[in-house]
Order: sequence, then C-alpha cells, then structure tokens
Amino acid sequence: MKILVCISNVPDTTTKITFTNDNTEFNTSGVQYIVNPYDEIALSRAIELTEGGKGTVTVINVGEAGNDPTIRKALAIGADDAVRVNAAPRDAYFVAKQLAEYAKDKDFNLILTGRESIDYNGNQVAAMVGEFLDIPSVSIIKKLDVDGDTATIEREIEGGKEVLTVSGKLVASCAEGVAEPKIPNMRGIMSARTKPLVVVDAVAIEEVTKVTKYETPAPRGTVKLIPADQTESLISLLHSEAKVI
Amino acid sequence: MSVLVYVEQAEGKFKKSVFEAVSYAKAIADQQSTQLTAISIGDVADSELKELGKYGASKVLNVSSDQLKTFVNQAYASVIAAAAEKEGADIVVLSNSFSGKGLAPRIAVKLKAGLADGAVELPSNDGKFSVKKTAFSGKAFAITELTSANKVIALNPNAFGVKENATDAAIEVFTADVKQSDLGTVIKEIVRATDKVSLPDAELVVSAGRGLKGPENWGMIEELAGLLGAATACSKPVSDADWRPHSEHVGQTGIAISPNLYIAIGISGAIQHLAGVSSSKVIVVINKDPEAPFFKVADYGIVGDAFEVVPKLIEALKAHKG
Ligand SMILES: Cc1cc2nc3c(=O)[nH]c(=O)nc-3n(C[C@H](O)[C@H](O)[C@H](O)COP(=O)(O)OP(=O)(O)OC[C@H]3O[C@@H](n4cnc5c(N)ncnc54)[C@H](O)[C@@H]3O)c2cc1C
Repeated sequence: MKILVCISNVPDTTTKITFTNDNTEFNTSGVQYIVNPYDEIALSRAIELTEGGKGTVTVINVGEAGNDPTIRKALAIGADDAVRVNAAPRDAYFVAKQLAEYAKDKDFNLILTGRESIDYNGNQVAAMVGEFLDIPSVSIIKKLDVDGDTATIEREIEGGKEVLTVSGKLVASCAEGVAEPKIPNMRGIMSARTKPLVVVDAVAIEEVTKVTKYETPAPRGTVKLIPADQTESLISLLHSEAKVI
Repeated sequence: MSVLVYVEQAEGKFKKSVFEAVSYAKAIADQQSTQLTAISIGDVADSELKELGKYGASKVLNVSSDQLKTFVNQAYASVIAAAAEKEGADIVVLSNSFSGKGLAPRIAVKLKAGLADGAVELPSNDGKFSVKKTAFSGKAFAITELTSANKVIALNPNAFGVKENATDAAIEVFTADVKQSDLGTVIKEIVRATDKVSLPDAELVVSAGRGLKGPENWGMIEELAGLLGAATACSKPVSDADWRPHSEHVGQTGIAISPNLYIAIGISGAIQHLAGVSSSKVIVVINKDPEAPFFKVADYGIVGDAFEVVPKLIEALKAHKG
C-alpha cells in the first residue's frame, strides 16, 4: 500500500497571533513552526497501516525551503520519503492543485491530510484534492481501517457518527481518534537526515481567494465576579442582563 | 446571476443551522438584488420544503432519488454544482457543518470558485466581495476576498442568526445525472444520539476540565446541561484520558465553537483551549483558583470549588425554572 500524507507547516499552538503592515501580514517574528497537529495524526495512522513492510509513506508539503525542518520532523516520526512542492502556499485551492498534480500519476492508494490546519482552519484541502483527482473524499474522519482494497471509515456527524466504506483510491482528512500522535525517537531523528527529500516545481493555477486584512477579536470587558454562595444571582444575571437563558 | 443555498437535511428534517444559512443567503441575494434558490437532496416532504420560504427562498429545487437518500459527498457536490450552473447561480452558500466541510471544497473546485469557509459576516458590499472568516482557531479573523467569478461560502453556526423573510417558495423537481463513479462511498450505518444537543451548533454549552478529577463526576455536568438544554464539552486532557469522548473536545485542536453561552467548569483556560471557545458570546467561568487565566476572558465568574458550586447552581436553576 502506498500512502501520501499531506503536511502543513503551522505556528506552534502557544503562539500569540499578531499582524504587521497595517494588519495585512501575519507577524512571523519569534514564531516557532510545527507539523500541523492533525497532520501528525494522519501521519501516525499511515505509519501504523504500513508497519511490517505492508507499504510506504510519503509526506508532501507545499512550501519554500524554510519548511524543510518541519518536513524532516515528519521523516523522523517515520515517513519513508518526502516531497516539497517549491512555492509559497497561497490558499487551499492552490495547495490542493499542487498536491493533486503530484499525486495524479503516482498510484497512491490512500491520500491523508489533517482535518484542517490550525492557521487558516480550512477543512478544504482533502476534499479539493479528491475533486481535482476525481476520486472519493471523506472529511473529518475519526477512524480508519484498510482491508485490501476497501477502507472502512467512521466520520463525525452532528450528534452522532456515520460508518462508511470506500473501495479503491481515497482521500481522507483525519481528526482526533484516528491515531495517537507518534513521537520521534533517536533512531528516527538520525535516519531522517538521510531520507530522500525531493523538491519539485509548482504548476500555475488561477487565483481564487486573497486575504486582504486580518482582525483580532475585540477585547472583552472585565469579569463580573459572583460570590460562590450566591449562585442564584448568576442565574438571574444570565437571564436578565446577558439574556442567554 | 442568483444565489443558491444548499439545505442539508437529516432524516427528512431541516435544523436551525439550515434556516440560518437560508437567512444569510437571502441577505446576500438582497445585497446583489437577485433571487434566492434553495436545493435540497434526499427524502424531504413538501411541507418541510415550504418552510424554507419563511426565510426567503423563493424557489426550492427538490432532488429525490434512491441513490441520494443519504449523504454521498462526491455525488451531492456534482448535483449542487449542476444546479448552480443551470440556475446561473454564481454564489453558493451552505452551512459549515461536518458534511458541509466535505462538500464545499468539492463544489468550489467544480465551479472554479474561491471558498470562504467559517464565514461569520455578510460579504462586503464594496464591489470586492470580501468575507470575514475565522482563522488561527479563533485567535483572529481573515478578511478574504473571493476574486473568482463564482463564489462559495460556508457559514459558521450561530454567526448570523435566523431571520424571517416570508416568501412563498415554489417547489420544483430537479434531476441531475449521477455518474456511477460519484457513488464510490457507501454508508453502512448512521448512529445518532437523539437525546443530546449536538455540540457544533449548540447555543448553550456546559464544559468541564481536569478540575473535575474523574469521569465519575460528570453526572452534575450532564444534569446542569440537561436543565439548560445545553450541549456538553470538555478540555483536551479530559478526552485524552478517555473521561469523555473525543467529539466533546473543544479548543485549537478540538472543535471550535461559538455558542451564545459557554460555561467552563474546572478548566484553566490555556491558550489552546481559549482558541476554540473565545468567540462564545457570553463566557461563565467556575474555578477554585482566582488566578486561572480563564477569568481574564470571562464575562461572569465564580471563584469556588466546582463540587460545591455546581450542585448549588443546579438548585438555583431549578428554582428559576419554577
Ligand atoms: C499541541 C497542543 C494542542 C492543544 N489543544 C488543546 C485543545 O484543543 N483544547 C484544550 O482544552 N487543550 C488543548 N491543549 C492542552 C492545553 O494546553 C491545556 O493543557 C488544557 O487545556 C488544560 O485542561 P484543563 O484546564 O482541563 O486542565 P488543567 O490545566 O489541569 O486545569 C484544571 C483547572 O481546574 C481547576 N480546578 C481544580 N479542581 C477544581 C475544583 N474542585 N473546582 C473548581 N476548579 C478546579 C484548577 O484550578 C485548574 O485551573 C493543547 C496542548 C498542546 C500542546
């Protein structure tokens, strides 16, 4: 089984998000970058599914050379090889097109992504890759098993879950539950340095979206503290002042 | 030019979030001085389809076929894109629900359209079509201009509200060819917990963290949520420890929510937790540590032991409800 895992390079979860240039650019100064946490889950499942010589895992990232440390981290976790499509990612449409272009003649059985990236929160890439390749996609999956040519998947729906099967090629975006994220060990870290990382060129595609400005949420007022023995006044404030109950 | 809204059904019924998407799409149609058409796929009675008129849909396309009774991502995307083309709709709106999140990107590629998902406001009306959407897990918003001729917007639950706009909806049967290759996913089972409020579109949420010490203490959380008609949620370590299911984990790496009321009990308010809940309209924090960071973003707070405060809150709520 050949699995392609798409990984994104995102600001560490503790990052305080700020912007520069009149709020038109994300302020990268002092920001640590990590493998998108959901992509780590996808990668971990891919490694489990191919363990014991049952297949190979390739990771792919669309980005510039500065992303290489993040890609090496994915190799240290256990991917066999890596590809970087050399371009600054513009939006999900652009990224998905690059991923699909790379994958289209490579015979991957399974393409996995994270449910969303924690920067733009897109949820878009997996389904877009599926559409560009004209193969099924299932978004926000909680469980993934593969038996021969057939994948059995659990996906979340409002107030419940859905179990489905897909035969043949498939793209899926992974959420929590699919696997426990794996932590690289010393051997993984050492071997990651020598594993292949291929750089390919991007293809041209029309622009469909453009972020023109960022905003940060309005600061909240100060908290109104209610003594612990006066819970009834919290109820009446929620009812008559905040009007939420 | 017109606006098309996809109305997602579950067991033949529309939820509030669907009426919200229709209300939002109607407001866009008004902005653009055009009509709003809705498309429903699956088995939905005419009386239910007529409901969409209340929120401004003047036409409802009804797609009903055995193959499309349950949600099949690829096939539904084909049908919706075909309807958009036939109706001359250059703007497609849908809910940013679990299914919507899988569907909107496929529709966008079919229509070569820019997609704004997680939209929280109407598009700008300045000739630019910029949509405000959540980014960085609620730590910021990105004003995203859709520069393509066709546009797709997935609206976040509770962002716009339901607005009545009485119209008489004309129901039309719509058929679109479904290719065999579009039916690659086969649904085996759907399990719905009918007695629980679904978290992503809940208006009220009661959430608890590691401060509750163990899964055996969630009875009072469920009782409080039940009295309020709220959904339950939890912090990441709680779901990691299997005290609660992963589907309840909110935050940067869990679900991002924006209910009208978020009650956080025994949760410290780490930056990753706040990321997914800070756009809640009203936040109540109950924590025994007065220095807990959560108090900095709360509207109301009680410094106290959850095991004493929550039972009292339940009593006070019962009294309030009479
Ligand atoms: C990559 C990454 C991603 C993450 N993503 C998320 C995420 O999406 N969501 C998330 O929640 N976390 C996330 N975290 C974890 C986050 O950093 C915190 O560890 C977590 O939110 C803490 O959960 P907690 O507040 O329940 O537990 P704790 O930090 O243990 O805090 C418990 C709180 O309960 C209070 N307390 C204790 N006893 C009582 C009592 N009897 N009555 C009242 N109060 C009491 C304490 O004062 C304390 O404030 C992430 C971490 C990482 C590294």
